[in-house]
Amino acid sequence: MIRALRSDYFCLAESKRACGLVTSRAPASRGALWAFGFCHLLLMNTSDSEEDSYNERSALVQSESPTIPSYNQDHDMSLPQETDTKRRRTVSSGLVEPGPVEREQASTPDGEEEELTLKYGAKHVIMLFIPVTLCMVVVVATIKSVSFYTEKSSQRLIYTPFEEDPNSVGQRLLYSLLNTIVMISVIVFMTIILVVLYKYRCYKFIHGWLILSSLMLLFWFSFMYLGEVFKTYNVAMDYPTLVMIIWNFGVVGMICIHWKGPLRLQQAYLIVISALMALIFIKYLPEWSAWVILGAISIYDLIAVLCPKGPLRMLVETAQERNEPIFPALIYSSAMVWMVGMADSSNPDSTDERRRNEGGARAQEGVESEDDAAQGGRRRYSAEEELEEDRGVKLGLGDFIFYSVLVGKAAATGGDWNTTLACFVAILIGLCLTLLLLAIFKKALPALPISITFGLVFYFSTDNLVRPFMDSLAAHQYYI
Amino acid sequence: MTLAVFFGCAFIAFGPSFALFVFTIAKDPLRVIILIAGAFFWLLSLLLSSLVWFIAIKASNSQDLSLQRGLLIFGVFFSVLLQEVFRFAYYRLLRKANEGLAAISDDDGSAISVRQMAYVAGLGFGIMSGAFSMINILSDSLGPGTVGIFGDSQYYFITAALMTLALTLLHTFWGVVFFEGCEKSRWWVIAAVVGLHLLVAGLSLLNPLYEGSLPPVYVITLLMGVWAFFSSGGSLQSLNALCTCKI
Repeated sequence: MIRALRSDYFCLAESKRACGLVTSRAPASRGALWAFGFCHLLLMNTSDSEEDSYNERSALVQSESPTIPSYNQDHDMSLPQETDTKRRRTVSSGLVEPGPVEREQASTPDGEEEELTLKYGAKHVIMLFIPVTLCMVVVVATIKSVSFYTEKSSQRLIYTPFEEDPNSVGQRLLYSLLNTIVMISVIVFMTIILVVLYKYRCYKFIHGWLILSSLMLLFWFSFMYLGEVFKTYNVAMDYPTLVMIIWNFGVVGMICIHWKGPLRLQQAYLIVISALMALIFIKYLPEWSAWVILGAISIYDLIAVLCPKGPLRMLVETAQERNEPIFPALIYSSAMVWMVGMADSSNPDSTDERRRNEGGARAQEGVESEDDAAQGGRRRYSAEEELEEDRGVKLGLGDFIFYSVLVGKAAATGGDWNTTLACFVAILIGLCLTLLLLAIFKKALPALPISITFGLVFYFSTDNLVRPFMDSLAAHQYYI
Repeated sequence: MTLAVFFGCAFIAFGPSFALFVFTIAKDPLRVIILIAGAFFWLLSLLLSSLVWFIAIKASNSQDLSLQRGLLIFGVFFSVLLQEVFRFAYYRLLRKANEGLAAISDDDGSAISVRQMAYVAGLGFGIMSGAFSMINILSDSLGPGTVGIFGDSQYYFITAALMTLALTLLHTFWGVVFFEGCEKSRWWVIAAVVGLHLLVAGLSLLNPLYEGSLPPVYVITLLMGVWAFFSSGGSLQSLNALCTCKI
C-alpha cells in the first residue's frame, strides 16, 4: 500500500529499491491515496509555514503587539498591574524584556536591561547553536555514508515538475527558476489557507493536519531512512523486528511531540524529524532548483515577516488578539516552563510568538498537576533562577530544515569537507547576527535570510575559489 | 592509509585544540561565540586571498609551471598578510563589543577580559586554520591508496598533522601577543607577530625537506608560547606556585 501510494502520488517510478523492505501490497484506495498525498502537501507546507510563523515568533519582541507593554514606555505604568500572565509574557519575550528582574528593582535602568539582554543573549545563542549543529551533523553524516540520498533518480516531487537537463545551461537555469516559482507559490498558497483556517477557527482541522504530517514523518520517512541505512551497512533485518522498532519510535515520537514527554526526548525527536525532512529535500530537489529555492525562500521569509500585509503577520496578530498558542507541535524549544500556571486558554500566548519558554502547549493540554506543583515550586525560587528558567528559546523547525538542506547539499556535491565546514560556520554566524540584530532593533525579524545568504555566499565562493587554492597548497604542503 | 593513520593524525593535529576547547571554552557561551566569530574572520581572510590568487591564476598563462608556482607563493604570503589584517580587524570589533558590555554593566567590568578574548580569538583562528588544512587530508587517509607513489615523501600525513598542530598553537599564541601589543600600542610587537607568521609560512615552503621546516617551526612555537605566557601576565612565581600546588 505504501509503495502504491508513493508511486502514484509522488509520480515516482519505484526505483531500484530492490528486495528487502518492500513487499507486494494491495492496491491503494483512492481515498487513502488522497489522504496520504494531502498529508505530504500539508507537511511540506506546514514545515514552511511553521518556519515562517516561527520566524516571526522566534524573533524577539514585536513592537506593535497590543498585548505586550512596550518596555520603554509602559513598564512603569504596567508594573503595578502586572499579573502573573503579563509578567510571564514580558519575561518570555526572551532576550529583550527581563520582566521579573524589572519587578525586583522598581526602576530598572535601560542599561541593566540591556546587559541582561547581552548576558542572556549569549546563552540563548548557544542554546540554539547546539541543536542546529546536531541537526546538521546528522544530515552530513547521513549524506556522506548513505549513498541513497545523493543518488540522482528520475523521481521528483510534484512541486518541482520541470526536469533539469544537465546539458544546456540556459534551459537548466530557466527550469530551476520555474521550479522555484512553483514551489514558492505552493508555499504561499498553503500559508494563506492556513491563515484562513485559523481565522475561521477550524482548529480541529489544523490539529488533524499537524498530526497527519508528523505521523508521516515519524513512520514513513524514518522507515525509509532505516531501510537505506541497513542497505548501506548490509545489515540483515527481519520484518517483525523492524516493525517493532518503527512502531515504538513513531508512537513515542507522537507522544513526545504532541503531548508530554521529557524535554530532551522531545528535542531529540524534533531534531530527527527536521533532519529527515532535510534529507528528503536534498534527495528530491534537482540540483540548481535547490539553490534557487533556498535563495527564494529566504527572500519570501523576509517579505512575509516584514511586510504589513504578509500572511504570517496576519496569522501572528490574530493569534495575539485571541491570546492563543499557535501550532505547538512544530517548534523546537530549549527549556521547559512549568510556570505557565494559567490553566485556562487565556494564556499569554504571545508567548508562542517569540523566543520564549514553551510549556505553553503543554500547559494548555491541561497539565494541571504539574502547574500546581510548579506554582508552588516556583515561589521558592529566587527571581534570578526564575529568570534563568524562563529564558528558553524557540526556533521553528523550518529553519532547522533549510539550514540542514544547505549544509547537506554542500556536503553532497563534490565531497569537499572545506566547503561543508565553511557553510556550517557561515550559518552559525548568520544565526548569531540575527539574534544580535533582534536585540538591537527590537523588532520581529526572520531567522532565515541572513544565515542562508551567508551560507550561499560561502558555499559558492569556497567551492570555486578556496578549494583550488587549498588543494594547490596541500599538494605542495605549503601552509598559510 | 588506514584507521590507525586517520586517528593518529587526527589526534595529533586536533588533540590539543580540542582539549583547550573542552576545558576552557565550552562552558562559557560568550567564549564559544567569540571562538566561532574568530573562525569566521579567518575564513573571510582566506576567501579574499583565494579570490586574489584565483584572479592572478586566471590572468596568467596556465602552462607556465614556474609562474604558477610563483603565483602560489605570492598567494601564500598575501594570505598571511591578510590574516593578520583580519586579526587586527577582529581586535577592533572585540574592543568595541567589550566597551559596550562594560559600559552597560553595573559592576564596572565586562563579562570577559581582553586577554581572555585574545586567547579565544587566537584559538578560533587556529582551529579554523587547522581544520581547513587538515580535514581533506584526513578524509583521504581513510580511503585506499599508497602514499608517495610518484616519488613524494611517505611521511606526508604525519608531517601534515604536526605542521597543523604547530600552526594551531602558533595562532593561539599570536592572538594573545598581538592583542596585548595592540592594547599597549607596542607596534613592534605587531610587526614581530606578522614577521614570524611570514617566517613560518616561508619555512613551510621548504617542504618536503621536513628537516628544514618542522624543527624550526616547533622552536618558534615554543618561543612564542613562552612569550605569550609572559605577555599575558604569567611569571616565574606563578609557575612556581603551580608546580608546588600553592594556587
